[in-house]
Amino acid sequence: MPQRIGVLALQGDFAKHQAMLRLLRIETVLVKKPKDLPGCEGLIIPGGESTTLTKLIQKCNMYDPIREFTEKHPIMGTCAGAIMVASRVDDQRIEPLQLIDISVTRNAYGRQIDSFVTHVDVPFLKGSERFKAVFIRAPEIRNVGSQVVVLMELNGNPIMVQERNVLALTFHPELTSDPRIHEYFIEHFFTAQALL
Amino acid sequence: MEKGTFEIKLGLSEMLKGGVIMDVVNAEHAQIAEEAGAVAVMALERIPADIRKAGGVSRMSDPALIQEIQEAVSIPVMAKCRIGHFVEAQILEEMKVDFIDESEVLTPADEVNHIDKLQFKIPFVCGCRDLAEALRRIGEGAALIRTKGEAGSGNIVEAVRHLRTVMGEIQRLTALRDDELMAVSKTMGAPYELVKKTAELGKLSVPNFAAGGVATPADAALMMQLGAESVFVGSGIFKSNDPKARARAIVQAVTHFNDPQVLLEVSTGLGEAMKGIEMKDLPEEQQLQHRGW
Repeated sequence: MPQRIGVLALQGDFAKHQAMLRLLRIETVLVKKPKDLPGCEGLIIPGGESTTLTKLIQKCNMYDPIREFTEKHPIMGTCAGAIMVASRVDDQRIEPLQLIDISVTRNAYGRQIDSFVTHVDVPFLKGSERFKAVFIRAPEIRNVGSQVVVLMELNGNPIMVQERNVLALTFHPELTSDPRIHEYFIEHFFTAQALL
Repeated sequence: MEKGTFEIKLGLSEMLKGGVIMDVVNAEHAQIAEEAGAVAVMALERIPADIRKAGGVSRMSDPALIQEIQEAVSIPVMAKCRIGHFVEAQILEEMKVDFIDESEVLTPADEVNHIDKLQFKIPFVCGCRDLAEALRRIGEGAALIRTKGEAGSGNIVEAVRHLRTVMGEIQRLTALRDDELMAVSKTMGAPYELVKKTAELGKLSVPNFAAGGVATPADAALMMQLGAESVFVGSGIFKSNDPKARARAIVQAVTHFNDPQVLLEVSTGLGEAMKGIEMKDLPEEQQLQHRGW
């Protein structure tokens, strides 16, 4: 189990991830500069606006430090965070970190009026109740590489995927009071085997 | 599947945290804002400083203008309706703006009632000068609160006053016993359930942003250090002599609001800020913050 996880705190709902990790008794570090990364055992990129995150990651010179960090540590991205960790995004305004072999389409369901909440099966947690998934102006994962494992689907489309130590979700577990997905990340991504 | 619930409205407010929402009057401004890193734009025909100058009745913008801005950017687009003008709000919802600002910057349509915001599927933001006003708006269904400040003044003093008032009043609520909250709710003129919830949380039950008079990166960081969770910038960007640079600098200042080294760097060489108005030169009947209650 990790002791301390960083949450990228340039913009977005990073405080919600922080609260969830605290509930699970994990220490958190708000990461705003490259110097905040050493000492973190993993990193979460929160929801927010991916155009804004692109600008701020550029300005803070965080692209290479995050990529290097991910060679040895787990990373989880939710919504805009999933866009940022993707390999390909349908929008030139975004410069993704290219950490997981997926293609992502921004605002795939429409504007805020089309944002929704729905209950989704969690097959990777056997016998577990469905998860309340909150989609806010959410992206869609359109293509996944051969090494990518699809963990959750909605209407046949992947909404939670994993490749090695990178986890990407198009919804917001941090906006619920259900810690199961954060728990899964903490329990399964930080073992020696997962980081190989 | 649920849509348009209060939880989903709050979800978008959460995503806007730690960001800057910029007033824009055309597609070109909107693109400058997005390129600078704004988390959302507020589409309107005139920025508050020009509304002030123009005088007359100020209304919801032409939907054609809002649509032009929606097509130009990928970030959320907000638009303003007049206080109490629920039909303007219905039109804005029909055109799928992402957020409605029931705003004192426009001429109020109803001096008694604000909009029943629970009837809408898209979220609303409302201004406040104190905690009671914030709780009344939340009671009506606002999913985001901002200070009123004094829009179009380029003077941060009113926003500071309003944010300090709200934060101070919350602090005092948390020190009270539960059996004192009903009396406080009566005196404040705010819904009891929300007074109780605010006392328990030690903060508003919806995100709390700053607006009204932000002109510099330092102004934005000041609001963040006083407890705001994001900043609206109205006239401050496009009334300055280098909007692009100022927009980028304010975005940086909000992210690094606690880091004087970054604040120094982004404040340097920005050119002239908007001129601004001293509050003593702005008679009370010309102040926008007294619209709504």
